[in-house]
Amino acid sequence: MESFSLILAIVVVTALAFDFTNGFHDTANAMATTISTGALKPKVAVAMSAVLNLVGAFLSVEVANTISKGLVDENGIRPEVIFAALVGAILWNLLTWLVGLPSSSSHALMGGLIGATVASAGFGAVHGDVLVTKVLLPAVAAPVVAGLAAMLATRLSYGIGGTAEGEATRKGYRAGQIASAGLVSLAHGTNDAQKTMGIITLALIAGGSIAPGSNPPVWVILSAGLAIALGTYIGGWRIIRTMGKGLTDLEPRQGFAAQTSAATAILASSHLGFSLSTTHVVSGSVMGTGLGRKGGVVRWSTATRMFVAWALTLPAAALVGAGAEAVTDLGDWGTAAVAVFLVAASAAIWKISRREVVDHTNVVADDAEPAGVVTTAIAAVIPPPAGTVAGEAAIAFPQQSTEPAPIAGHAPAAPPAATV
Amino acid sequence: MKIDWAAIGSVFGVSLVVTVGLVALFTVGIRGLARRERAAAQGDSAALAVTGAYVCFAACAAAVAYGMYLIVAKA
Repeated sequence: MESFSLILAIVVVTALAFDFTNGFHDTANAMATTISTGALKPKVAVAMSAVLNLVGAFLSVEVANTISKGLVDENGIRPEVIFAALVGAILWNLLTWLVGLPSSSSHALMGGLIGATVASAGFGAVHGDVLVTKVLLPAVAAPVVAGLAAMLATRLSYGIGGTAEGEATRKGYRAGQIASAGLVSLAHGTNDAQKTMGIITLALIAGGSIAPGSNPPVWVILSAGLAIALGTYIGGWRIIRTMGKGLTDLEPRQGFAAQTSAATAILASSHLGFSLSTTHVVSGSVMGTGLGRKGGVVRWSTATRMFVAWALTLPAAALVGAGAEAVTDLGDWGTAAVAVFLVAASAAIWKISRREVVDHTNVVADDAEPAGVVTTAIAAVIPPPAGTVAGEAAIAFPQQSTEPAPIAGHAPAAPPAATV
Repeated sequence: MKIDWAAIGSVFGVSLVVTVGLVALFTVGIRGLARRERAAAQGDSAALAVTGAYVCFAACAAAVAYGMYLIVAKA
């Protein structure tokens, strides 16, 4: 730690800030269904998730060691590039949190990294085929895999178990939900806390502070674990509300089926070498379980907004990352300007969020989600796709519409995949 | 560009089978407990159903343990 320059310090602090937003952005993945079905009190749920994330952060450094490899050429990486990438990722995370849409934090990070690298070293430094196989394809596959599994599991569960709701049934599904949500939290900690460790380590290597090929230092592991745990505990209540109540209405056994499907898909994918985003998996399984129950309804308008956010994540974060990199290139005052911009923009987003507060007290309130200022603005910008029409059909005939509706929902993600 | 269809396929298959299997097991277990609840209300016992239920839950617990092993073993 001898040569710890100012830019390195800035990068480390920014990386920890990203880790924090990652934690509170992704609390919903593990705990939204548990909270909305009442299996755990909101505060208890986020506390449990935070502890498991922290534990997960210490379990391995494997993900951290592979973070930067493959997607971009390491040669183009300077601390300023990483800083610019993080700025893009943080701002996108905050923006999607503001409108309450779950989107992948990893995609935001990769987008920021790609944008900053392109601005710094040109398009040649990005591996296009890796982009398709590691980012676009999983984004389409994840909700389909988890959704189908959750749908079938829900059908089967209602088929075998009947619809009787006794004390034993209620308690049983409660315990099942807590266990599967715990697994998701743990897996999230091992994956996402380590992404930040990887980023910080990469910055330290790029800045010449530690030797190339080193494992993350202990203080990096500790601070990254704490940042993600703190973020998780603060809780992204807006996203929890969308995930737990906005997409569909969940009964306890649906929450259980969705969370089990999510945990299985996440573990299977990371184990079999085809990594899926936690966010995409959980969103898919929640929708799947909504379709699996007789009379269940998936709100395709919310789902469509979510799909659009997924499709925008990478390019949007890339754009901000590229812009930030272009400014930092102007010199030290450029870097300072970007840092000030990041703080100001974050503060502004937080300020806007106070207009309509969502926290643990009203996260499961029954009132329909009121459209906030930004939500309305986004809805106005996004052309109403075929999904809305299919959505109305889905509400009327939930059974028949299982085939066409998901296809309509995927439409926003399809074009980029088709062009490559 | 090479798409690893085998990886996608296996993730798809494993997720589907394991999820459906686990949820089915768990549901059967819960059904057993619910039967005990009903039986107890009528003064009967439902030993077989309860035993079956605990076997199901044990299998689910084993699956969770294996999941945790997978998370830890990545180290």
